[in-house]
Amino acid sequence: MTLFIEQCLNGLQFGLLLFLLAAGLTLVFGIMDLVNLAHGSLYMIGAYFAATFAAWTGSFVLGAVLALAATLLVGMAVEVIAMRRLYGRDHLDHVLATFGLILFFDELVRLIWGAGGMSLPLPSWLNTSVRVLPGFDYSAYKLSIIVVSLFVAAFLYFLVMRTRLGMLIRAGASNREMIGALGVNIKLLFTMVFGLGAALAGLAGLMQAPILTVQIGMGENILILAFVITVIGGIGSIRGAFLAAILVGFIDTLGRAYFTDLLRLAFTKETAATAAPALSSMLIYLLMAIVLVLRPEGLFPASSK
Amino acid sequence: MIRALNLRTVVGIALLVALVLLPVYVEATGSRFLLTLFTRIVILAIAAVSLNFILGYGGMMSFGHAAYLGIGGYAVGILAFEGVTSGFVQWPVALLVSALFALVTGALSLRTRGVYFIMITLAFAQMTYYIVAGLARYGGDDGLTIQKRSQFIAPINLSNKVQFYYICLALLCASIYLIWRIVNSRFGLALQGARSNDTRMRAIGFPTYRYKLTGFVIAGTLCGLAGALIANHTDFVSPAMMYWTRSGDLIIMVVLGGMGSTFGPLFGAVALLVLEEALSGITEYWQIILGPLLLLVVLFARGGIDGLLGKVRQKVKHG
Repeated sequence: MTLFIEQCLNGLQFGLLLFLLAAGLTLVFGIMDLVNLAHGSLYMIGAYFAATFAAWTGSFVLGAVLALAATLLVGMAVEVIAMRRLYGRDHLDHVLATFGLILFFDELVRLIWGAGGMSLPLPSWLNTSVRVLPGFDYSAYKLSIIVVSLFVAAFLYFLVMRTRLGMLIRAGASNREMIGALGVNIKLLFTMVFGLGAALAGLAGLMQAPILTVQIGMGENILILAFVITVIGGIGSIRGAFLAAILVGFIDTLGRAYFTDLLRLAFTKETAATAAPALSSMLIYLLMAIVLVLRPEGLFPASSK
Repeated sequence: MIRALNLRTVVGIALLVALVLLPVYVEATGSRFLLTLFTRIVILAIAAVSLNFILGYGGMMSFGHAAYLGIGGYAVGILAFEGVTSGFVQWPVALLVSALFALVTGALSLRTRGVYFIMITLAFAQMTYYIVAGLARYGGDDGLTIQKRSQFIAPINLSNKVQFYYICLALLCASIYLIWRIVNSRFGLALQGARSNDTRMRAIGFPTYRYKLTGFVIAGTLCGLAGALIANHTDFVSPAMMYWTRSGDLIIMVVLGGMGSTFGPLFGAVALLVLEEALSGITEYWQIILGPLLLLVVLFARGGIDGLLGKVRQKVKHG
């Protein structure tokens, strides 16, 4: 039973992390109509920045804050230099151009930090476990990821639904030309939205960094998951992205945990051990295919349009 | 006939002739490496030709085309592993499985459009990736080594590198010709009509869904052939060959060469892989040049190499 609770918390943690990535993606997608494959690169860069800054300053939190700011700046620079020229183009152009950016960033990271991975050690006050329920301990760090992500999700909700900037973002998602005609500085708005998305990706990357190694290409696998989430949730819908992310986080984590046992009923131990992670990963894509066939607009389409 | 002989066609045919003569050069210089590289280029050019058919002519933005490379490859690999080494069995199975996969996934994917189509084709490709990665018997993540290349009746021997190269090249020429014939047939014209205006095509009575699905299956089958070839080329198959970045590579080839053109995919495959080879000779960090280069192609050279050749011709004509 405690194992099940732990797996559920793991699923929640992974789902919330995916939400941070998917939120930026869905914002950029919904507002600028831009397919940004390089979003995973920003995730990777966030992790590398965090590892570097934490080593420099000697403080995990300070490193994380600096990394967040740096990723925001990188994101805004990417928008001004490259993305801005891609708005209004074909989706194929987006795919190709941002694919080029992935190659560029991967190689840039290799050039600066070398091909070997990095690690971001946790400070001792996070590297413990907390008694969540009587007789059940859970990693303090994973718990703090859940708390931070929930806080960010609430902040995003507040930002998008309750502030003037959020109003402009929502307006931009429903009709770009119109808010431009109404005198809003769309260029600046787009740069800010892209920067926000980048910072969210960077946050996801730096929070994941202590759990996994920081390495080149770490963004590529998770990027596709984030895309799946935006599509399942409905493109441009933050609420949809949130729910879909939790769903995918649970399927992935619980699938990995319990498929092995399920498969062992029918197959040998080795077969089950190899097939289980693959099958649970596959399940997510199957879910997306089913959603797309039955409800092409996603489960929770953005109310606009 | 004179009209057809424009610069793009001339360069395309010249490139094919150069590819035919390549083994002679290799014999003279003894550079085996060049033969291996160009066998790979020729095989991937077949895959690019098939992708160009649906992407360039059909307007179907498939982001999962590498799945067929993997399916074709694994059909050969698994059969070889199970002791069926005859190419007369392996290759038809590779084509058939690819065609079936294209039929099923295409029938579902074509219900969606735009960015959703990109994502659903990607999803299906990722699914095959994970299925194959989960096949413990066939190596799982680590891949599967093929002990023996596909066996055909004598004189055909795929282990002979020069002969294998010529077989691949012949299949490439056949693919280019086949696609050219299809594109200029009534079917191909209807397909292109559906790309530029689907609603209108349906209004005048074309069942565009069926046309597109047929096109999708043709492309998938052809790419499955490329997969069977590449498995024989590397003597190894692994899930990595159908990872989504591979599909990205194929799209790069098509767009770099020029979408919706006869020789574009060939230009693209040669350009991308030779560029990779050349840049990696200059610096270890060659992708730092290739990435921005792609961005520049997207921003400033929409027609790719084929488009540039077309422009040169116009300049010559008018200036």
